[in-house]
Amino acid sequence: MDPSPTGNPSATRTDAAPGGPAAAPDAPEPGAAPARSRRSRWLGTAVLVAGGLLLAGCQLPTFGETKPVTTQGQDAIKLWQGFFIAGAIVFLIVFGLITWAVLRYRRRSDAMPRQTQYHTILEIIYTTVPVVIVLVLFGFTFVTENEVNALPTPKMSVTVTGFQWGWRFHYTTKNVTVIGVELQDPEMVLPVNEPTRIYLESHDVIHGFYVPAFDFSRYAQPGIINKFTITPHTTGTYRGQCTQYCGLYHSLMRFRVKVVSDAAFAAWVSTHHSSGPATSISTAEKQALTNSTPGAHTPNVPPSTVTSTATTNQTAGSTGL
Amino acid sequence: MTDVIAPPAGGGGGALIPGAGTDHLAHPHEEHGPSGLMKWITTTDHKVIGLSYMITAVALFYIAGLLALGIRVQLTTPAGTFISFQQYNQLFTMHGSIMLYLFAGPFAFGGLANYVVPLQIGAPDMAFPRLNALSYWLFLGGSTTMLLGFATSGGAADFGWVAYAPLSTSTYTPGTGEDLWIMALVLTGFSAIFTGVNLVATIFYLRAPGMTMFRMPIFTWNMLVTGILILIAFPVLTAALVMLFADRHFGTMIYAVTGCHTVTGAPDAHACGSAVLWQNLFWFFGHPEVYILALPYFGIVTEIFPVFSRKPVFGYKGMVFATMSIAALSTGVWAHHMFTTGTVLLPFFSLMSLLIAVPTGIKFFNWIGTMWRGQLVYKTPMLMSIGFLFAFLMGGVTGVMLASPPIDFFVHTTYFVVAHFHQVLFGSAVFGGFAGLYYWYPKMFGRMLNDTLGKWHFWLLFIGFWVTFMPQYILGLHGMPRRVASYPAHLGWQSLNIASTIGAFMIATSFLFLLANFWVSWRYPVPAGDNPWDAHTLEWFTTSPPPHHNYTHLPTIRSERPTWDYNHPEAPTIRHGGPSGPGHPNGHGPIGSGNGGPPGGGDGSAGARQGVPAS
Amino acid sequence: MKIESTFLIGVGIFFGCVAAIYWFLSYEDAGGMMLVGTCLLGLVPGSYYFFWHRRFRGHKYFFWGKTERVVGTRPEDRPDATIADGAGVISSFPGGSVWPFILGMGAFVLLLSFVFGVWLAMVGGSVILTALVGVTAESRRGGTH
Repeated sequence: MDPSPTGNPSATRTDAAPGGPAAAPDAPEPGAAPARSRRSRWLGTAVLVAGGLLLAGCQLPTFGETKPVTTQGQDAIKLWQGFFIAGAIVFLIVFGLITWAVLRYRRRSDAMPRQTQYHTILEIIYTTVPVVIVLVLFGFTFVTENEVNALPTPKMSVTVTGFQWGWRFHYTTKNVTVIGVELQDPEMVLPVNEPTRIYLESHDVIHGFYVPAFDFSRYAQPGIINKFTITPHTTGTYRGQCTQYCGLYHSLMRFRVKVVSDAAFAAWVSTHHSSGPATSISTAEKQALTNSTPGAHTPNVPPSTVTSTATTNQTAGSTGL
Repeated sequence: MTDVIAPPAGGGGGALIPGAGTDHLAHPHEEHGPSGLMKWITTTDHKVIGLSYMITAVALFYIAGLLALGIRVQLTTPAGTFISFQQYNQLFTMHGSIMLYLFAGPFAFGGLANYVVPLQIGAPDMAFPRLNALSYWLFLGGSTTMLLGFATSGGAADFGWVAYAPLSTSTYTPGTGEDLWIMALVLTGFSAIFTGVNLVATIFYLRAPGMTMFRMPIFTWNMLVTGILILIAFPVLTAALVMLFADRHFGTMIYAVTGCHTVTGAPDAHACGSAVLWQNLFWFFGHPEVYILALPYFGIVTEIFPVFSRKPVFGYKGMVFATMSIAALSTGVWAHHMFTTGTVLLPFFSLMSLLIAVPTGIKFFNWIGTMWRGQLVYKTPMLMSIGFLFAFLMGGVTGVMLASPPIDFFVHTTYFVVAHFHQVLFGSAVFGGFAGLYYWYPKMFGRMLNDTLGKWHFWLLFIGFWVTFMPQYILGLHGMPRRVASYPAHLGWQSLNIASTIGAFMIATSFLFLLANFWVSWRYPVPAGDNPWDAHTLEWFTTSPPPHHNYTHLPTIRSERPTWDYNHPEAPTIRHGGPSGPGHPNGHGPIGSGNGGPPGGGDGSAGARQGVPAS
Repeated sequence: MKIESTFLIGVGIFFGCVAAIYWFLSYEDAGGMMLVGTCLLGLVPGSYYFFWHRRFRGHKYFFWGKTERVVGTRPEDRPDATIADGAGVISSFPGGSVWPFILGMGAFVLLLSFVFGVWLAMVGGSVILTALVGVTAESRRGGTH
């Protein structure tokens, strides 16, 4: 079933991208394009800066953005670096022009300035150059978005369900389910270096699945199943959070993603297999848990479909605040 | 009484001495009919309606600003206890709703445009004065309805200003405040549609002789395009809201998905609404709305730069076509707010969004070109406009980044987006809007605003602006989601949030200077004269404030700046290929000898376009 | 009138193209429908203005339909027009009127009735009816307050 009523491009590209998500894109070089945009005295500086940064290659800073731990995130971050450099150059050029005009042309006399209104050549230049810049940026965007949205054949898949105000991670082929609500963050465990297909959906309102370290987010929507692939390449524990405002305890709707080695993952699966010694929580317990959060508000009853399956409480020692 | 407006007879076109008429300050000369409160209630004069709009909108701006301070105070500590989660959710919902629906739009197209557009094209009034009055009363009713939410037991609406379904359906937000929010937007939506119709009709039908479309001031052009955008966007919002209300109360399943969806099974497509439908409808309204909020302010600063540079606007025609391109593209980019839904055509919306940068860039270069080699005078309106340039530049550059889906994926709904749209919207609506207020205030009241207080206002606002929003970019890149009332303490976000809060308080302080300025100008009036800025466009030809039906005389219109041509016949606009006069070489001087009477002195026979009683 | 009609027809043509491209790329109903609607929003009034432009070339005409012969197009469309060319009646503008206020308040109360109960609808409805009668009568009398 294709749940997307509007032709999800990622859905139609199912299992494409033979090169796999790890195929490294060419480093974007948007710095060169804007440099052409203004007079020549900018050209030298801009090319030097852009070229120097390009030479640095992977050593480029992430400009404030979280360092990615997935191959998809790495693709996205390269695009971000390109956009950031291009944006910074354009910003500095226009900033310089405004500042120059403001400082240089302060009124000094009563002389009437020349009443110029048009300069056709100049106008054509500053129309076409941005068009070129934009088309170049769009080209890189197009390549990267196909890489980020690629859906290679997965080794394993996880169905992630958002609900008010928590998450449920169901390992489809492993019969493991993790749930957690606010102040009891659930933890999704993933094996390192393996493409994992995520099926993302929501039980009630729209939520946002966002892990900053993955440099990726996607809405969890009722009635729509979003598919995407993540391939983490660094082990560690990363925080995740709902980004789409979803009601009272949106702020507390957090989770963690733990990327572990293959062996550790297998061990984790065997201990949390639903037939294993899982500490499952009942509906009543979960409701009490939910009600214990500050605010004296009665949240919606957690979805019965979540709590009726075998569940594993993965919340030991977690404090959101 | 109905006034039949008759232009001058015969060789009319009397000369008016600019600068005269300052003595009208204390003697309002248009007293037809009732005064006091009844005057404000029964008026159909576009100037009075425009003032009502502006006063209401600015009052709502102050309220929404206070709500923003509440938000910022809550975020100074990770586990903020200033207000509860529920109050916090109401606060950001109402802050956004009031600022976007009730301040930024109505202030521009209801207030300034209402006041200025008929003056700029030499019209006696808007095309449909009673409809204009109705617009205002619907807007006032809508604003009251939205604020009433705070008085209900459940509090105001708390589903965000975008009211994403299914959160906005009755299952999740059953309160009265939410219903009031919907009705408020239905009322203000109709108000906006009526104003849009009025603006378009006025500009199409009531221009003065010689005021061809390509001689209209850029502000009027932008308001025409805004009017068309309103007619495109607001009906969609109103329809979407009616459907949302039906979902909430009449049991329809247009957006609602409750009860028809199981986590494991497939949803039953026939019984289910679509959560994405609301987003499609809302953003089809919402993105043009962003430009409905921006284009008028572009227009304002495009009026101000030439005046305070003593030059014509650079690239007039390019400016007009850039405005049209922005408007056209803005209607094809709605789904760039929905990149992370996974249900939209990414390349189409990405390319369309990126392309908007081109006409916006043209505008930037035109503004810079206008200032280039000018004689820049830094009065408050000019400072505000320069503040707008810097703010919008930063917001625009980050907007290009957001137009790229892979980047949007990781900054969407984080504080990066919050910072971006505040720089764009705050940059235009606040810097641009208050630039317009400082600029046209002398025309509206015949008295100046104090420039020293204005500069204090500007500098505090400008510094506060950057201190508030730059940390938010960093917070967003670090992964702080928007609309959260608390955040984990160990992530080091607190210092940046405190910086942002300090900036917010600087902004708030700056607006105390505006209040002081109003008080000073009310208490110690400084007469403005007809044309205190040596401005270019037609509205500065009439008295300050303008008489009933605006003009007793009009100059001959031979370019897009008739008042300048009249006052500075020695400095005509230089078009392609060197100096040549606009139209008639001798067309700048007074046309005919005129009647020479005091302008607007109530002498109905004195000259052009004076109101004549019908019976 | 020519530029006005060109402007609106341009809106129509642009959105017609965007609607076609968008539809064949996405087959998405909501956006496609709205773009077609936007296309019509340009084409319909644009064609109307174009019709009047053709029909009344050489006439001076205003939106109440009054026409009288003048040379060339409307004075506001002629770059060489003087203020005197606009001589004659521009239009009639209503003076002050209390009915827009009453109509607006009626609409306000009517919409509140959706939230606070049907009884308000009677109040709001009757206020609106009164205002509609009032504003119509006022127009027929030639306007007063």
